[in-house]
Amino acid sequence: MNHPSHVNEPAVEPLVLGIESSCDETGVGIVRGTTLLTNTVSSSMDEHVRFGGVIPEIASRAHLDAFVPTLGEALHEAGVTLDDIDAIAVTSGPGLAGALMVGVCAAKALAVATGKPLYAINHLVAHVGVGLLDGDAGSGTGGPGPGGRLPENLGALLVSGGHTEILRIRSITDDVEMLGSTIDDAAGEAYDKVARLLGLGYPGGPAIDKLAKQGDAKAIRFPRGLTQPKYMGTAEEPGPHRYDWSFSGLKTAVARCVEQFEARGEDVPVADVAAAFQEAVVDVITSKAVLACKENGITDLLLGGGVAANSRLRELTGQRCEAAGITLHVPPLALCTDNGAMVAALGSQLIMAGIGPSGVAFAPDSSLPVTTVSV
Amino acid sequence: MLILAIDTSAVASAALISDDAMEGVVESFATEDTRSHAEVLAPGIEKLLGDAGVSGADIDLIVTGVGPGPFTGLRSGIATARTLAFAWNKPLFGLMSLDAIALEVAESTEAQAEFLVATDARRKEVYWARYTLRDGQLPQLVDGPHVGSASELPDLPVFGAGGGIYADVVKANREFSSTQPDAASLGQFAMALLTAGEELPDSTPLYLRESDAQLPGPRKRAL
Ligand SMILES: [Zn+2]
Repeated sequence: MNHPSHVNEPAVEPLVLGIESSCDETGVGIVRGTTLLTNTVSSSMDEHVRFGGVIPEIASRAHLDAFVPTLGEALHEAGVTLDDIDAIAVTSGPGLAGALMVGVCAAKALAVATGKPLYAINHLVAHVGVGLLDGDAGSGTGGPGPGGRLPENLGALLVSGGHTEILRIRSITDDVEMLGSTIDDAAGEAYDKVARLLGLGYPGGPAIDKLAKQGDAKAIRFPRGLTQPKYMGTAEEPGPHRYDWSFSGLKTAVARCVEQFEARGEDVPVADVAAAFQEAVVDVITSKAVLACKENGITDLLLGGGVAANSRLRELTGQRCEAAGITLHVPPLALCTDNGAMVAALGSQLIMAGIGPSGVAFAPDSSLPVTTVSV
Repeated sequence: MLILAIDTSAVASAALISDDAMEGVVESFATEDTRSHAEVLAPGIEKLLGDAGVSGADIDLIVTGVGPGPFTGLRSGIATARTLAFAWNKPLFGLMSLDAIALEVAESTEAQAEFLVATDARRKEVYWARYTLRDGQLPQLVDGPHVGSASELPDLPVFGAGGGIYADVVKANREFSSTQPDAASLGQFAMALLTAGEELPDSTPLYLRESDAQLPGPRKRAL
């Protein structure tokens, strides 16, 4: 590959264009060093509403049609040209295979057309990388690392329609570890499925969050998955799923509960079911996340992913982190959901750390492990 | 005039076509397998340009095959072509991918007045189209493209890998029993159309199949 000079002399504040297409958002973001210039996102969410969940083929078709317009808009908003860009970064996994393919092919074409170096990066780590952008860092509402420095003992709790993970970040560019994750549905998926069950529409998260405020979370007790001693073990002898989650049993429990009301000819107390479901999800996510933090010496926790918008998740995570002496950081919501700025932000870190580009021959990997920060 | 042609409706291929060069093809490459487009296409194009000593500025227009073809592979070529066209600020057009095989048939000794072109659509189906051919002219698409079972094709000679796979039920032409759409032929077809003063269509993909998504049915009530 003839990708000259950039590798040996990392730009002090590289201008990086980031591309994201791992699920249903086509994102192009542009970052200079740790400064966000633009974050342009085109979502195909509306096209998935009638299916009650993301349909991979529909998302892939939408990416193909949205990419070039989104790219043009991002360049225009940032007031830069392709010539000005120092490097390109693209999500190469994990994500939906067909969707990833569109962003990766487009990113490679841009690299071939412009001769700029291309970085193939990990989507999950990019969710953390966004916390390195400058901005509103005060009072626990911004990123944890303005100016490009992350706290030493950092963890990340990522909750969305596509993932539920707790990570430990020793170095954002080359040392990230998965402490725990969902073993079946992502939390956001569980919200979508339960919302459909309750006739609340798609996406389920906002609908359930809103309705739950009118319900009694204690009216019904739903199970917390993987919390039995055989899964948890102890801190000294951890069980097989100490920091992992499972939401498929919860979804089944909600379905059974609704059926029982119907079988008795009673009205389903939809608000109570929503509140109790939400409490079960949020309780088990936050308790396991905080446990993982405490047992792994994590003192700062970044909350990312679309479900970071959930009011109860933010509230309970805040309370439990405070009680445990953990500082919680929540980036602005537009940067929590999938976007290109987070990809650019991580790309910028890789360049400033002197890490070489990926070339144009790599394959997207729908199950890229979090230990692979860049390919 | 210099055309960059790309087709990933079956294999991944790209070619540089010039009206100055012998036979029109300056450089070309094509893979054999149908599942590694995202890896091989960009390096292939990079090498193609390097070998020909050509940069984006030298290219007059880009042509991409718009299918029909398996979705994910098909999109990799169209995404690549659209992005190159944007970055280089060049016009982009799309040609139906089966045209590439039709042109090769027309230029061969196997040519017929009326014939079918078919490629593998997986799931026991083929993508196919019907062409007619008059002496000294470009093949004329008269029906299609369609997707369907090979056993339901019109009773005509079938050219292309879609015929080869189902040689037991169709009149597959042996010489063309493994032929896939190729960017070099597609680019030559585009050059011929442009030379004849015809306008080329845009790069909208021809999926022919819906997205397979099932509308969720009403939930059964427990009564
Ligand atoms: Zn994500």
